[in-house]
Amino acid sequence: MSLLEVRDLHTSFFTDAGEVMAVNGVSFDLDRGQTLGIVGESGSGKSVTAYSIMGILAANGKVVSGSVKFDGKELIGCGEAAMRKLRGNRISIIFQEAMTSLNPTMTVGAQIMESIGLHTDATGDDIRKRALELLGQVRINEAEKRLKQYPHELSGGMRQRIMIAMALASDPDILIADEPTTALDVTIQAQILELMKTLQKELGMAIIMITHDLGVIAEMCDEVMVMYAGSVCEKGSLRDIFKRPAHEYTKGLLNSMPSLEKVTSLKPIRGTVPDLLALPKGCAFAERCDETMKICLRKKCPLIQLGDDHFSACWLNVKDRGGEVNG
Amino acid sequence: MEDIKNILSEIESSDFDKASDEEKKSAVRERPSTTFFKDGLRRLSKNPLALISFVLIVLVTLAAVIIPFVWPYSYDAMLGNVPGKSMDMSYNNLAPFEYSRSEQLRMDQGEQVFPHIFGTDASGRDYFIRVIYGTRISLTVGFFASLIVLIIGLIVGSVSGYFGGKVDLFVMRIVDIIYSLPDMLMVILLSAVLKESLGLWIQGTVLESIGSNMISLFLVFGLLYWVSMARLIRGQILALKEQEYVLAARVAGAKGSWIIRKHLIPNCMSVIFISVALQIPSAIFTESYLSFIGLGVNAPMPSLGSLCSDALNGISSYPYRLVIPALVISVIVLSLNLFGDGLRDAFDPKLQK
Amino acid sequence: MADRKMNATPLVEIRNLKKYFEINEGFFKTKQLRAVDDVSFEIMTGETLGLVGESGCGKSTLGRTLLKLYEPTAGEILFEGKAVKGKKELEQFRKKATMVFQDPYSSLNPRMTVADIIAEPLTVQGYFTDEEQKKKRVRQLMDMVGLNTEHAARYAHEFSGGQRQRIGIARALAVNPEFIVCDEPVSALDVSIQAQVINQFDELKKTLGLTYLFISHDLLVVRHISDRIAVMYLGRLVEIGPADEIYDHPIHPYTRSLIKAVPIPDPDRAAADKEEGLKGDIPSPLDVPTGCVFRTRCPYAKDECAANMPELTDRGGGHLCACILK
Repeated sequence: MSLLEVRDLHTSFFTDAGEVMAVNGVSFDLDRGQTLGIVGESGSGKSVTAYSIMGILAANGKVVSGSVKFDGKELIGCGEAAMRKLRGNRISIIFQEAMTSLNPTMTVGAQIMESIGLHTDATGDDIRKRALELLGQVRINEAEKRLKQYPHELSGGMRQRIMIAMALASDPDILIADEPTTALDVTIQAQILELMKTLQKELGMAIIMITHDLGVIAEMCDEVMVMYAGSVCEKGSLRDIFKRPAHEYTKGLLNSMPSLEKVTSLKPIRGTVPDLLALPKGCAFAERCDETMKICLRKKCPLIQLGDDHFSACWLNVKDRGGEVNG
Repeated sequence: MEDIKNILSEIESSDFDKASDEEKKSAVRERPSTTFFKDGLRRLSKNPLALISFVLIVLVTLAAVIIPFVWPYSYDAMLGNVPGKSMDMSYNNLAPFEYSRSEQLRMDQGEQVFPHIFGTDASGRDYFIRVIYGTRISLTVGFFASLIVLIIGLIVGSVSGYFGGKVDLFVMRIVDIIYSLPDMLMVILLSAVLKESLGLWIQGTVLESIGSNMISLFLVFGLLYWVSMARLIRGQILALKEQEYVLAARVAGAKGSWIIRKHLIPNCMSVIFISVALQIPSAIFTESYLSFIGLGVNAPMPSLGSLCSDALNGISSYPYRLVIPALVISVIVLSLNLFGDGLRDAFDPKLQK
Repeated sequence: MADRKMNATPLVEIRNLKKYFEINEGFFKTKQLRAVDDVSFEIMTGETLGLVGESGCGKSTLGRTLLKLYEPTAGEILFEGKAVKGKKELEQFRKKATMVFQDPYSSLNPRMTVADIIAEPLTVQGYFTDEEQKKKRVRQLMDMVGLNTEHAARYAHEFSGGQRQRIGIARALAVNPEFIVCDEPVSALDVSIQAQVINQFDELKKTLGLTYLFISHDLLVVRHISDRIAVMYLGRLVEIGPADEIYDHPIHPYTRSLIKAVPIPDPDRAAADKEEGLKGDIPSPLDVPTGCVFRTRCPYAKDECAANMPELTDRGGGHLCACILK
């Protein structure tokens, strides 16, 4: 049994303009100590997937169907009280904007200690000790001094470290990182990614890394899931995705990235993402794809197993095998 | 893998043919495009309170505009005072739907007499038409005063916000000074002073027909109440001028006036409309209380405030004469406020999801 | 470098450009923010100069000052060899130098139609007296950047991010400029769309012979599009040279760590790259270190670095670097 099992998750937002189908049937497993990368462009549903797992969707958002099992326990529909026990305790999340996630009127120390007090049994002096220990863990020097500072006195990288420290307060089993380095400069991003890798080794937690940056995925992850318009296009090991991409969207994404070594002409994906209010009947990517077949417009392709844990939702894989699929 | 085998059994080999571009296009479902304005209207139409308020405002305004033309009585005609005849005191202080002696006589002779729906006042004037006329005056004052406030506020606010620096500093200190004045006191003092001096000034001009009091009211509004509008617009402009489209216009070589006209003001229009909608009731309120304390419109012109004030004399015998105009004020002010709130909810981008 | 100078004339040249801002620090107290400090370079006709650096390094301010959107504190801006100084020169300059902005949302006025947005520079400059001709030019521009001309009457919010950026490019091209400052034009776009827009820039450069100053924090993008690259740190130019030189043989320790910090979308490379990155945070631009601005984070910093900011010195092949390291 995996630590986290997500099965056929569907999440929608109900707006004035209609139902925005943000997540359409996402399934994946996450094991202890594993790093799963979810990569996709804006509107691909990568963040909404994470928020659905955490139960922190906006008021007009709802998990329509599907199941999320954490440690064998069903989370969908288990109630707010049960979720609150889990959230920030066994599953923690850090966001892109550390500044808005921190309260500007409270010192950093007060906020870390609050989070320790909420999620652990520690009391009094132990809380303070734990706070200093956490700051040490996220490699913040002069910890005593930092505790007394306010968020605006710290740099972006430092704030993200504080956020990580707070997320780690309760020794979570899963850390969800939602674009944790997107707002940071490259040299600071490199520091934070390095820190997360080290912390994972030390603490053994599983990480779900949500990002649009294939470079970050390549540095951080063991397993990768590529999302497009709320659906999983492809998932597999890091090597599968980067070296043997089997979905046209994954290939397009890789071809769109400029390279640092040599200047080659970029092969962008034509067109734009479909409207989540009016998703096509077939494959969501069909309109932008160069290899679109008749079936792609008619029917969405299910995830087809290509290797050990390499799956792709592209009819081309079926065609290439002459319609044969080894079960 | 069973389900995949099932799916495969449904697929024909021709399904793997390449799709043409037309086929690809037809698979895309497009959504009708909406504009910001349409979007706002849709949100507004989902707000029943604002809609009812809007209907009420329209009804009251239409009534105030149309009824005086078709009503058989005039707002300033003392009905008992017919030239060449002796004063008919029975016209004074009629209760609603009551008739004077001479009217009673005419009715007995089979003539149709239009009823006095709200009765008459102490001078024998039809009270209904006075209330309607008072509403007209109050609405006019509210509308034009807000317009004056808008124009001054718009010019001062946008210039101060756009040019910034010393201009802004200077203008904003003036705004601060006006803000710090006790406005009630200033309004009363100003209208008292202006009423005197203006009377001589406008003698013999077209303005005389409007009355010195009315003009002094507008002046008071113009002088005092533009500050909050100017501040609001300045704040908007300050935020908007950092937008990249303003920089783009500057790169194109546009001058300040072009940028203000084409970029800044159109983009704070929704906020401006909302605050004007909220400014009107406050102007009506001020007019009412100035009229109430006798600094309002010139007699015999009624305004809702002066009607209330007049009604105080007979409060124990004719309480409805206070209640009716007071009620009209409340309805107007309340519906304008609710409608303004509705507008803000529908159009203010900051409150949007 | 010498050859180049003789063959090509610089289209744009800045000399010792400085832009300081006065930041209010409480009542009557201001502090100087040296956003751009003593920067000189030249851009040849038909060349793309990439300008990279992290947030707060002054690259955007430099771009805006270069276009005279900010009044420079000191220094000179030369266009086609002539100083852009008076009102008349500025008017001429505005017809030849334009800009593409970062944010595809805030750079287009939501209350204007696409046709009006693209035509704005033409209208402001009084290019066409005939409305029909102006419309024709707008259609031509929309065609040029791959927009559907039938959509001219639509408002900007009906377009996706990539299409909006194309509208911004069409606007920048309206007056037929020679030089375009691109201020992070693809940073707000998704990867697949980003590639579309980069290709668009490439193509326009070829067909129209444009010269770009391409500002970006994304080293992969800059590497792709630039002929030469300039690296800024805390308002200072620390290294400048041909793109291949900068990436293959960076000299300045800052450039080196910057390139090393870029996450490479290749699992083999990522696994091989085990070298330690740059330590510490970027100092606040309000509190720039004395001497070499990079010395607080530099692994090679020596005592002498605290004394003076090193001058840019030629390291051969037009590769200049401001560091005491050889």
